[in-house]
Amino acid sequence: MKELVLLSSLGVLSLIAGLLRIRKPFYAIVVLGLIANIGLCVFDWNAYSFGASEQIYNMMVVNHFTLAFSMISSIIALLWLLANANFFSTDNTFSDHFALMLFSMTGGFMMLSFTNMVIMFLGIEILSIPLFVLAGSNKTNLTSNEAAYKYFLLGAFASAFLLFGITLIYGSTGHFDTAGIAEYFKQNNNNGMAITGMILMLAAMTFKVSAAPFHFWAADVYQGAPTPVTTFMATFVKTIAFAGFFKLFHDCFMPLNSNIAQLLAIFAALTILIANYTASVQSNAKRLLAFSSISHAGFMLVTILCVEQQTAGILLYYAFVYSLSSIIAFTIYKIVKEHNNEDESIDAYNGLFKNNPLLSVIMILALLSMSGIPPMPGFMAKYLVFTSAIQNGYVWIALIGILGSVIGVYYYFKMVLNMFKQSDEMPHIKVGNLQLYVLLLCVFGLIALMLFPNAVIGLI
Amino acid sequence: MLTLLLILIPFISALVLMLLKSNASKPLALGFALIELAIAVYAVWFAPSTQLEYICPWVPQLGIQMHVSMDGISALMVLLSTLLMPIIVYACDERKYPSAHNMFALMHIMQAAMIGAFTAMDGFVFYIFWELSLLPIFFMMLWWGGENKKAITFKFFLYTIFGSLFMLLALIYLYTQTKTHSFDIQALYAAGRALPVSTQGILMGAFFIAFAVKMPVFPFHTWQPDTYYTTPLPGVMLLAAVMSKMATYGLLRWVVPMLPEGVATYGHWIILLSVISIVYASMLAIVQKDFRHLIAYASIAHIGLVSAGVFAGNHQSIQGALIEMFSHGVNTVGLFFIYQIIYKRYQSSEMSALGGIRGLHSGFAFMSFIIVLGVIALPFTNGFIGEFLMILGVFKTNAVAAIFAGLSIIFGAVYMLRAYQKMMLGETNALTHTFEPLTQQEKTTLIILVALIIGFGVYPKPLLDLTETTVQTILTIK
Repeated sequence: MKELVLLSSLGVLSLIAGLLRIRKPFYAIVVLGLIANIGLCVFDWNAYSFGASEQIYNMMVVNHFTLAFSMISSIIALLWLLANANFFSTDNTFSDHFALMLFSMTGGFMMLSFTNMVIMFLGIEILSIPLFVLAGSNKTNLTSNEAAYKYFLLGAFASAFLLFGITLIYGSTGHFDTAGIAEYFKQNNNNGMAITGMILMLAAMTFKVSAAPFHFWAADVYQGAPTPVTTFMATFVKTIAFAGFFKLFHDCFMPLNSNIAQLLAIFAALTILIANYTASVQSNAKRLLAFSSISHAGFMLVTILCVEQQTAGILLYYAFVYSLSSIIAFTIYKIVKEHNNEDESIDAYNGLFKNNPLLSVIMILALLSMSGIPPMPGFMAKYLVFTSAIQNGYVWIALIGILGSVIGVYYYFKMVLNMFKQSDEMPHIKVGNLQLYVLLLCVFGLIALMLFPNAVIGLI
Repeated sequence: MLTLLLILIPFISALVLMLLKSNASKPLALGFALIELAIAVYAVWFAPSTQLEYICPWVPQLGIQMHVSMDGISALMVLLSTLLMPIIVYACDERKYPSAHNMFALMHIMQAAMIGAFTAMDGFVFYIFWELSLLPIFFMMLWWGGENKKAITFKFFLYTIFGSLFMLLALIYLYTQTKTHSFDIQALYAAGRALPVSTQGILMGAFFIAFAVKMPVFPFHTWQPDTYYTTPLPGVMLLAAVMSKMATYGLLRWVVPMLPEGVATYGHWIILLSVISIVYASMLAIVQKDFRHLIAYASIAHIGLVSAGVFAGNHQSIQGALIEMFSHGVNTVGLFFIYQIIYKRYQSSEMSALGGIRGLHSGFAFMSFIIVLGVIALPFTNGFIGEFLMILGVFKTNAVAAIFAGLSIIFGAVYMLRAYQKMMLGETNALTHTFEPLTQQEKTTLIILVALIIGFGVYPKPLLDLTETTVQTILTIK
């Protein structure tokens, strides 16, 4: 709750800061605000014992699940903010960017803590609407406009599905609050109307997390939006959306109706296969990363099917590992692209190793982690997902996941191999100090996650 | 604790080497490797066994423990890798490689990973180290590799990753079968032994694919000759001498004791594959024109025999396989070092283009001859004990297979002596009219290798004693 107040007031402040044109100090203020937010989460964490929770006006709840995800996603947002400082460097638009980002985060934290469908819907909308605007924030660029437009239209459509789903659920259960809905589903989980409502909500949530078969927007939007916004969507937003998705299904619809479970399993398998296959034929680096991001959504989707206590921890771990590597990958993508006259193809990486070994080693580590090569934490994350799937009887998903990972190795390594290609002499790629430190911080994060996975999995 | 230290020291050495970027990185790397060797020798022969084990929980929810320890066969492998490491570092011609400190650092990381795999007593930890050992070699190939390195690296990497995933699946399956949901080796053993024969057979197949790719055994060997050709020499020495032993060690540690009935029932198929591998690779070795390709195929042939020995599953054959693993490591380094010496002088390793080196430098020719004899497995060289025991053991289980496996010695003599004759004997020609005398470094390395070959050939008892009890335990637990 304190986090919400902090973030939304920071958002309002940033609008005022825009009027007063205090750009530089305000950047520091937002950074401090995010650090304070992490601190608040830690503070609250210690205030609640394991399993304890606090209801806020019967609308929201604070418990370890909420706090763990808030903390990790705040860390992700902070790293993102530091890595993309120049996104906030234009005098005219910096306050818009700050405000939109902060409001979006506010919506995200609402999604983590809802106990009422209304709050969930509000959260999703507050999370999404700033993103529509941010996706189009490169106003003079046609693809950016296209991305915003597509995202907005389809996103609005998905919201309508979500609302319709909530209505049907309300109609069959008579409840908006999760406890009541859960009570209903415990006794009877194959009422036709409720199932229809669930399917509609499932479709909307699948859209939000960009999983197949509702993933088509993602590649275009990720590619068209300015890279910092893409990074934000692929890391912070995806983590939050998955947390909300997970919370919705685990708080309300358990035990999951077997047909819905089958549907979800098929969605996950489809996502892994389609995204990995499509990524393997891309020659545009940003689009490749976009599809790789979709494929990871497929892996994370599997956790929603699993019923064990530790699954939330596994999702958190996966999301954290994936977000850290994505921040690295997208940031370096941006650096390389700007260095190569806006060349977006994977050929832009040719000879990167010779040009800037440190940068390319960081990128390789991130790609190794994403492709799930031991001992990088990406392997541990995928492994945990596979084991959960097998324990819940979805052996076939584990097999498809392994197949997908092998395809993944193929396209991630295409990029890695390009770095070792001979290429024309290019001037040395210079990386700003701050950006370099953030990248190194992400790498250290990955190594820490590799050595101490339990520090994150054990949180919830 | 000592075992953990053995894994950590090379990591730290690698870090120091990378950060210092010293010009004197070779002495530094050599120093680290010698320290490691000293600790390994202490741990294997002098330390009480209680000091070796290290357990701490890693991901307790999933029954994963950081559990490393050393028994006889681990000790032998740790000894092999720590013994060869200083030799390989010392033999390395570091001026050939730009930023050599990184090369040495990668070699140390590889050593750490391999020691980790040799000492892991937890399925998950084993898998992690198993895969980690790939990454340094991958970077070495891309950084310092020869022609066409990208395609070859890619093939090598995809092959091994794909093979390993079968092992991962088998491990996860076994994990779900354990009573306590644990990756601990004893729990996995118990789970594996309780399975019906057919399931054991399938799991054995899954493990075998992963190990067969890495050894390699026909028909999973196609990545190997090219990889051995393009990888920089220090890397390929580690790859051929130690990393391929990870796979045969894996068979002994994770397959034979875990799935005994599967091995007893279906093992003869693997012996068949191994024998095909021996004959096929030997034939190919005979027709090779390039010495480095010949080493690659000779390696497949010898490893095939080791694999057959492991699956023959009796005391002699397994003891023989272990000794052969050790001596094959030493001999392969020897062969690659001969190659390095010749290639450095003539920029060619095509055998028919060489000749007459004996007349120019008889000392080098003599020492090479001993290494060649070791590869051929002449009595009183280290190769003999292993091959003899293995063929004896295989004969007990499957006489026909033993006859074909025995061909490996004859074929070995054919291709090795033929290579020796072409390169060292005969008349000198325009290319080989002079032979720059051996440097001190080259001499020392050769002498050490020759001493090892003859030493363990005459007196293999320390190695046999080391593994004796562990082999007994592996065979008797049912």
